[in-house]
Amino acid sequence: MIGNLGYGALVITFLISLYGVGAAIYGVRRNAPAWVDSARNAMLLTFPLLSLTAASIIYLLVSGSYEFEYVASVTSNSMPLYLRVTALWGGQAGSLVFWTWLMSAFASAVTLRKWDRDREFLPWVIVVSLLTLAFFLILIIFLENPFARIWRVPLGNPVVAMFPPAGAELLVQTDGQGLNPLLRHPGMIIHPPMLYLGFVSFVIPYAFAIAALVTGRSDDRWIRITRRWTLVAWLFLSLGLILGGRWAYDVLGWGGYWGWDPVEIAAFMPWLTGTAFLHSVMIQEKRGMLKHWNMVLVILTYDLVIFGTFLTRSGVLSSVHAFAQSAIGPLFFSFIGLTFIVSLSLLLRRWNELKSEAYLTSWFSREALFLLNNLLFMGILVVCFWGVIFPLISELITGQKLTVSSTFYEPATGPLFAGLLLLMGIAPLAAWRHSTMKTLGRAVWKPFSVSLAVLALILVAGIRQPAALLGFWLSAFVAAVTLYEFWRGALARHRKSDESLPLALWRLAGRNRRRYGGYVIHLGVVLMAIGVIGIEIFQSETQATIGQGEQISLGNYTLRYDSLATFDTPDGRNVARAVVSVYKGGSYIGELYPRRDYYYESQQPMTIPGVRSTWEDDFYVLLVDWQPVSTVGATFRVYHNPLVNWMWTGGIIFILGTLVAAWPDRDPEPAAVRIRRPRLASLEARG
Amino acid sequence: MMKRTFIALLLALLYISLAAGLAQAQGSQPNPPSDDAVNAIAKGLYCPVCENIPLDVCGTQACVQWRELIREKLAQGWGEARIKQYFVNQYGDRVLATPPARGFNWLVYLVPPLAILAGAYILFRAFSIWRAKAPQAAASIERPGLAQGDEYIRRLEEELNKR
Repeated sequence: MIGNLGYGALVITFLISLYGVGAAIYGVRRNAPAWVDSARNAMLLTFPLLSLTAASIIYLLVSGSYEFEYVASVTSNSMPLYLRVTALWGGQAGSLVFWTWLMSAFASAVTLRKWDRDREFLPWVIVVSLLTLAFFLILIIFLENPFARIWRVPLGNPVVAMFPPAGAELLVQTDGQGLNPLLRHPGMIIHPPMLYLGFVSFVIPYAFAIAALVTGRSDDRWIRITRRWTLVAWLFLSLGLILGGRWAYDVLGWGGYWGWDPVEIAAFMPWLTGTAFLHSVMIQEKRGMLKHWNMVLVILTYDLVIFGTFLTRSGVLSSVHAFAQSAIGPLFFSFIGLTFIVSLSLLLRRWNELKSEAYLTSWFSREALFLLNNLLFMGILVVCFWGVIFPLISELITGQKLTVSSTFYEPATGPLFAGLLLLMGIAPLAAWRHSTMKTLGRAVWKPFSVSLAVLALILVAGIRQPAALLGFWLSAFVAAVTLYEFWRGALARHRKSDESLPLALWRLAGRNRRRYGGYVIHLGVVLMAIGVIGIEIFQSETQATIGQGEQISLGNYTLRYDSLATFDTPDGRNVARAVVSVYKGGSYIGELYPRRDYYYESQQPMTIPGVRSTWEDDFYVLLVDWQPVSTVGATFRVYHNPLVNWMWTGGIIFILGTLVAAWPDRDPEPAAVRIRRPRLASLEARG
Repeated sequence: MMKRTFIALLLALLYISLAAGLAQAQGSQPNPPSDDAVNAIAKGLYCPVCENIPLDVCGTQACVQWRELIREKLAQGWGEARIKQYFVNQYGDRVLATPPARGFNWLVYLVPPLAILAGAYILFRAFSIWRAKAPQAAASIERPGLAQGDEYIRRLEEELNKR
């Protein structure tokens, strides 16, 4: 009953989406506002309908309706309530429903706000949003139906279908397989929704961009409307990526946070284009340039979001056969191809209308440096995309399967990331439009000197690895520039007014949140970079099998194996938990409890590390293996991860900075942008 | 039947004595090899089942067996290259962390730098064209009296930053 209700709501949403697309186009073409309003209502109606679908799935998950294949595959009797609810995004079918539900919520929010002001754009925003929604609904209804049930047929194996095959009976199971143990972690419960929120919110700027192309608005109105959306999308995507890294560190048991897995890269790629877009969009706002390029970036981001959604859950890129056998793969690729071609065709149609209002005048201007930043982001994107797609191409052409791992990505992207750090240091000091080597040098020398002093300190501390020296120096340079910018701004304000220095800083940042939020983000990146350098260059590890009371040493640390206990838990796990004592420089600093959880239902083990975390380093212990009699011995893998905590702290600062930048203004349209040109004209007249 | 068994036994003996001889000749690995020695090699290998998980950290039974195989080979005195080649012969190039640089695989290494170079060239051309299109503006920044220019930039920035 509930299954049919949810499925019915899905089908109705699909039909309404198609109706909405038709009504919006008809309304615009015939200049009939009633039809456009009707399309808007259709858009708004998708949200309650999809909420009903999502609620139905959650009900089935919570009630343990194992006759539904999706429920049986992601839940089990032993799972607690919160895991059953979050199993909504624990498998492909549920994830797709969750995606459409979020998409519908965001698109509805857009249509509810400022309907009259953006009436010109909104019909096309509705068309794009509803078409995207309809595509996902096709996938859900026809290929990944969460409401499909398992049927016992007279002959042969049970069949999974929505409607009963002839002579079939419902196969009622008493328990399910349970959620993948790797997903039973707080990080994994929050990580997918964050990522999906990021993905979905990037659809909105794309929809406005397409609306601008269709309606022929060549100004930066679409950018101003979607600026905050883009920042919010970027915030969620960043948060999703950081949480994913933390989850990997805590749960995956390999001592790292990022493995260059295609699924990770799939979420990283739209972030790369999105970040490039956030920077290059400023050039269009300030100088009226790069209109074509911004369109390309937003189109790329949208298609990478679709690609990412597809890759995150399907895993079909692992082989050509998996891809060919899954109906979902070719459909996704057709949709991505189609939207890409249609969007580019629209862009080409408007090419001449989107000409730049100004030209680049200096190699050292901020816009030139932002363009270089875009080149580097695109470079990283090319490396990532090519690395993900190449095994598939290879298998298709030569029949040879290949692996492209971190040993490919790290050397290829490392110099590009370093280049980005350098630009992050220089660009904030370069002026828009006019900037020469001389003016830039004059602005840079102070923070540059500070960074050289930091480099000298690092050298004195005994660090000699060239990559580490370069990385630390760049981090110091960016930090010095950013702090210098805060200082300079606050000091100028303090001198002009009676405000104290802290108050001047607070008000300065408050009045230009986007700029200073951006600087806070840069500071977050610096801390993250320090963490990355620490773990990538200075990580050390060892593994050994030791008996009770014996020790393993790694650097300054020593681990002593004290005991091991194995026991069953009520949620269906067999836990093997070791107790180890940790010594640093000979002094006892505490106990750690690395463990191995074995999930009976899914027959999957999970390695949970014991970690001692400080600002200086992490001591990270994994229980690899053990003998039934603990005195005989256990195998431990031990990692020393210097500075990794800086990365998580940097991540938090990064997110705070994004919040500052994205925080709504009292006036959603900043005056500075609205009257940009007259101001510039007056300045030029005076200058 | 007897004859075949005899030949097989003879070949096996020959192989064992050869392998032992080789191991003695190389004689570099301590016996038994440490976990770290095994992991150093396993780090660069990927089993065909657990995609994208390096062999040294993979917890599946198959990967545990692979690591034991590496240990055995090390104990026999095999070097890293030979062990990797052994796995490549058994399972194909996919066991390696990156595609071996030969033939079609060159594309994986060449396309990204070429694309980035092409991007850099396009950007350079665009810069040049833009600068040519704005000769007056370009000339204005080359005029003397840059100190005044600085003041101008400062004010411009200030104006733009005001809300």
